Amino acid sequence: MDQIKVLLANIDKPNSTSIDVYLDGGGYKAVEKALKMTRDEVTQLVKDSEMRGRGGAGFPTGMKWSFVPKNAPKPTWLLCNADESEPGTFKDRVIMEKDPHLLIEGMIISAYAIGSNPMAYIYIRGEFYYGATVLDKALDEARAKGYLGKNILGSGFDFDITVARGAGAYICGEETGLIESVEGHRGQPRVKPPFPAVIGVFGGPTVVNNVETLACVPLIINNGAEWFKSFGTPKNTGPKLYCVSGSVRKPGVYEFPMGINLKELIYDHCGGILGDRKLKAVIPGGASAPMLKPDEIDLPLNFDAVQKAGSMLGSAGIIVLDDSVCIVDAVWRLAKFFAHESCGQCTPCREGTNWLESVLDRIERGEGRPQDADLLLSMSDNIGGKSLCALGDAAIGPVISSVKKFRDEFMYHIEHKACLPETVRYRRLDRAVAAH
Amino acid sequence: MADLHPDNPYAPDRFPDRNKPVVFPPEAKKKFDYILTRYPTKEASLLPTLHLVQEVWGWISPEAVLYVGELLDLSPATVFGVVSFYNMYNQKPVGKYHLQVCTNLSCMVRRAYDIYDHLCDKLDVQPGATTKDGQYTVVEVECLGSCGTAPVVQVNNEYHENMDVTKMDALLAELK
Repeated sequence: MDQIKVLLANIDKPNSTSIDVYLDGGGYKAVEKALKMTRDEVTQLVKDSEMRGRGGAGFPTGMKWSFVPKNAPKPTWLLCNADESEPGTFKDRVIMEKDPHLLIEGMIISAYAIGSNPMAYIYIRGEFYYGATVLDKALDEARAKGYLGKNILGSGFDFDITVARGAGAYICGEETGLIESVEGHRGQPRVKPPFPAVIGVFGGPTVVNNVETLACVPLIINNGAEWFKSFGTPKNTGPKLYCVSGSVRKPGVYEFPMGINLKELIYDHCGGILGDRKLKAVIPGGASAPMLKPDEIDLPLNFDAVQKAGSMLGSAGIIVLDDSVCIVDAVWRLAKFFAHESCGQCTPCREGTNWLESVLDRIERGEGRPQDADLLLSMSDNIGGKSLCALGDAAIGPVISSVKKFRDEFMYHIEHKACLPETVRYRRLDRAVAAH
Repeated sequence: MADLHPDNPYAPDRFPDRNKPVVFPPEAKKKFDYILTRYPTKEASLLPTLHLVQEVWGWISPEAVLYVGELLDLSPATVFGVVSFYNMYNQKPVGKYHLQVCTNLSCMVRRAYDIYDHLCDKLDVQPGATTKDGQYTVVEVECLGSCGTAPVVQVNNEYHENMDVTKMDALLAELK
C-alpha cells in the first residue's frame, strides 16, 4: 500500500500555517458549502462517510453528533480534544503545528452541525506551547477574514474558538476529565451516564472530538462520503495517520488509507528494526494497547482487525520494541506512567497502578518472587472495569499481555535475578526515581 | 530562547517579594481581563490564570494562590487543589532553565535515561531539584507527545528533539 497525502496535503507547503496559503489550496471552501446546507444534511453526510473517531475509541462521529438533543435548554458546546498524551502518539501535533486552519475549518463545520454557538474550545495539552501559539495566530487570521465571529459569511451563524491550555494531566484526554478541566476543576472523570451529549461542559450538551477527526470533516464536505469511503474498508473508512516510534529506522507520522498492514508499515515504510536487531514486541495503539508478538503483526491496522487480534488500534501510536529491550523494564516504564497519571479518584486504579509499578520494579531489580507473574495478573483483575474511566483498563493492557505472552522472560528474570542476556540496560537502577 | 527569563517583560518581578502583595503587573492584568471574556464562568478561567501567574513569577507561590482565589471568587483550597493536581504548575521556584527529559517508553528505548543521568551528574543535582546557582532544574517527565523524534528534552516551553548526550552538552553551553 502506498502512502497518501490527504490529511497532510498542506504540511509540506512553505508557510503552511498561514491563511493565505490555506486559501490558495482551496481552504474554507468546505465552510462555505456546509453553511448552505442544513445542519441535518451535514450530520447525515458525516454519518454516510462511516467515519469513526480518531481519538481512540473509534466511535462513529456522525452518530455521536446525532445524540445531541435539539432545543436543549442550555447552550450546546463543541470541544476539541487536543490533549494528545498517550505515549506513542504524536499525530495531532502535526496537524495543529503545520496546518491549523484545517482543524479550525473542521471545527466551524462541526459546530454548525451540532448547533453549537457561540464558543468552542481547543483543549490542547499544556506542553504543546508552540502548537497553542500557532493556533492562536491562525484563529486571529480566521477572525480577520470573517470565518469566525458574528454572522459567518452572512449565514447568521455566530461562532468563535478559544485555545484552552491544559497543564500536564493525561487524564484530561478522557472526555469527562477534559470537560472538568475546561470548567476549571481538577481533571477527574465523571460518572456516566449522563453522557456528555446530554449534560457536558457548563451543564449543556457537549460533543468532544479528536483533532484528527475534526480535520477529516472539511475533506468529507468537499469530496463527499463516497470519496471518504474509498479509503479503507467498510466500517473502517478514511485516511488515517499512524505514528510509529521506538526501535525503527524511520520513526514518524505516516498517512495511509485506514488498514495498512502492520508488518508492511514497520519493515517497508519505516525501514525495519533499528540496528538490524530482531523484533520483540509491538504496541499497536498507544501505551494502553495490549502488546503483539512478532508472529501476530501480519494484520491490517483498522479498528476491527486489531481488536480481533486481542489488542486495539486506539490512537494508532505504534511503539516498536526490539530484542535488546527487557520486557519487564518496558512494562515497568508504562506502569510508572499510569501510576503517575491516575487521577486518584477511584481506589482500584489509584492503589492498583502503584502496586503494578512496585511489583514490576522489584522483578526488574532481581527481587521478584516466583508467584509475582500470577500476582500481576490477579492485581490486574482487581483494577480492570472497577473504576469510572478507562485509565485503569489502559494500565492493565500492557501488563496482562506481556505476562501472558512473555511469561518465560518474566520467570527467567525472577529465577536468575537478571534480564535476559541479549538485552541492554536502558536505565540505571541506582538512580532515584522521583515520587509521583 | 527561554520565555520566562530574561526576555520576559516581567522578569524583575519573577520571584515575588514576600513583603509585597502579589499583584499582576499591568500587561498581565490586561491578559487576565481578556481571559475572563473567553469563558462563561469565572471558575473556568482558573487554569489560564494560573498559567499567567507562572508566566509572570515562574512558579505559583502560596501568596499567588490567595491572590488568584480573590480574583476568581474561589477558596484558596479550591485553587491549591487545582495547582497540585496538574504537573505543569510549579509549587516551588524552578531554575532559569527547566530541563524536562521525557523518559517514557519510546524515548527510553532511544536512550533518554542516558541524557537524564548525564544532566544529573554533570550539573550535580538530584532529580527534580534545582542547581545551587538557580540556573537549572532537572526533571524526568512523562510522554511529551513527540515520540517520533525521541528522545525529547523540553526546556521551559521549547521542545528539543532527536537529542543525545552530545547535543545536550551543546545545548547546555547555549543556556547560560
